[in-house]
Amino acid sequence: MLPELGKYAAEVISAYGVSIAMLLALVVLTLRRGRRARATLRLAEQEAKRDG
Amino acid sequence: MSIWSYANPVKFLALSARVQPVLWGAAGGCVCLGLIWGFFGTPDDARQGSTVKIIYLHVPAALMAINAWFMMLVASLIWLIRRHHVSALAAKAAAPVGVVMTVIALVTGAIWGQPMWGTWWAWDPRLTSFLILFLFYLGYIALWEAVEDPDTAADLTSVLCLVGSVFAILSRYAVNFWNQGLHQGTSVPVATGGRTVADVFWYPLLISMVGFGLLFIAMVFYRTGTEISLRRAAALRARSDGKA
Amino acid sequence: MKALLQRDLRLALRAGGGFGLALAFFLIVVVLVPFSVGPETDLLSTIAPGVLWLGALLACLLSLDRLLALDFEDGTLDLLVTAPLPLEAALSVKALAHWVTTGLPLVLAAPVLGLMLNVPGGGYFWLVISLALGTPALSVIGTFGAALTVGIKRGGLLLSLLVLPLYVPTLIFGAEAARRGAAGLEASTPLLLLAGITLACVACMPFASAAVLRMGLK
Repeated sequence: MLPELGKYAAEVISAYGVSIAMLLALVVLTLRRGRRARATLRLAEQEAKRDG
Repeated sequence: MSIWSYANPVKFLALSARVQPVLWGAAGGCVCLGLIWGFFGTPDDARQGSTVKIIYLHVPAALMAINAWFMMLVASLIWLIRRHHVSALAAKAAAPVGVVMTVIALVTGAIWGQPMWGTWWAWDPRLTSFLILFLFYLGYIALWEAVEDPDTAADLTSVLCLVGSVFAILSRYAVNFWNQGLHQGTSVPVATGGRTVADVFWYPLLISMVGFGLLFIAMVFYRTGTEISLRRAAALRARSDGKA
Repeated sequence: MKALLQRDLRLALRAGGGFGLALAFFLIVVVLVPFSVGPETDLLSTIAPGVLWLGALLACLLSLDRLLALDFEDGTLDLLVTAPLPLEAALSVKALAHWVTTGLPLVLAAPVLGLMLNVPGGGYFWLVISLALGTPALSVIGTFGAALTVGIKRGGLLLSLLVLPLYVPTLIFGAEAARRGAAGLEASTPLLLLAGITLACVACMPFASAAVLRMGLK
């Protein structure tokens, strides 16, 4: 499955692992914060509508 | 219709909702394709062995780290000159993405440097400049966090971004003067149009660079939307509090 | 303008005004260096120019947060913003006062402390002249940082985070000039570049500082 990485396998795999983990973390955090912000906005809009 | 009409948050959000699915799909596709092709489908370099595969992460991340700052600079200028809130928020939204790109570039560089240069870190001009860029990002984000009034925060961070850009460029030359480097020249010299990378490595690298770029754009669109929502929610709250 | 300068100087010289504090800090940093790296004279004389530059930079940083914060608290700053004197000029004067009370004493103290760190004979001239040329830039850039953080509670740490990256070019050229001078090499190129940076900063930074201050106090 994995290509033959020779003696530098640890370096290459760790570089990919760290980078992909960081990118994923960034995307997940971005989406989570975005969802929360949009939920807050909906709530605020509903309140505003109710209060007239 | 001019580009400025997208300074209206409603129009911006409409555009953003239309392009985002495409952007996210294309970004994910390009990043996956570039990295998988690079990881599984390219040969080892004669001298670097398999560590050459790190280039598909390192170069795109470094490219986007600089371009993210450049985008923030342009957005800050637009905010200072034309006072479009979307622009200021886009600059704010881009900064954390830029930080992550900078860190990826630094970390992958260190992992590559350990077997190749025999050291995790060298005080080489390119490395040092990136470290300084990282510090500028941190200061910029910290200033956004620290100022309470959002418009003042946008003003102050914009000026910091302008002044910081000047000093970042100065630092780049100062650092060059201070130490001769280990780092090889750029792999993708845009100005001359040539390149120092062989075709087998070049195509996956190119796809990866495009992917990172698209990912950045998609992320900025989404995060700007987040900031607009937060700002609008705060405004609605303030209004209803004022009424009560 | 003169009145402002006199006022700032008098306030700084008065007890608790911070004058001497920066100098004492500089002294302590230099005294601590041999404790941390060991007392070998060769090593000390190699790193002495860099240590002195770094010490001067940190001492300068230390006194920045009171540069505008005190005036902000007692309302002087609001008067300055509305005064007929252009804010750019007022901030230049304040930076000058900061330099006279911190930068200048550091420059004068540097040869004495250099003696303790075994700076080689020919190095004193370059050390003093590089500090004399470089510290004004530190004050002017610092004023910009102080103006950015003036309205922020507990802005001291943030101020350091913002200002230190901006100090990089000044530090590089200044320390490089001092180091080359100490090693007996040709040092006029970094010195000229340092002078260029200082002049550009003195000319341009007050405008940025004033703009930022107006935004912050709005």
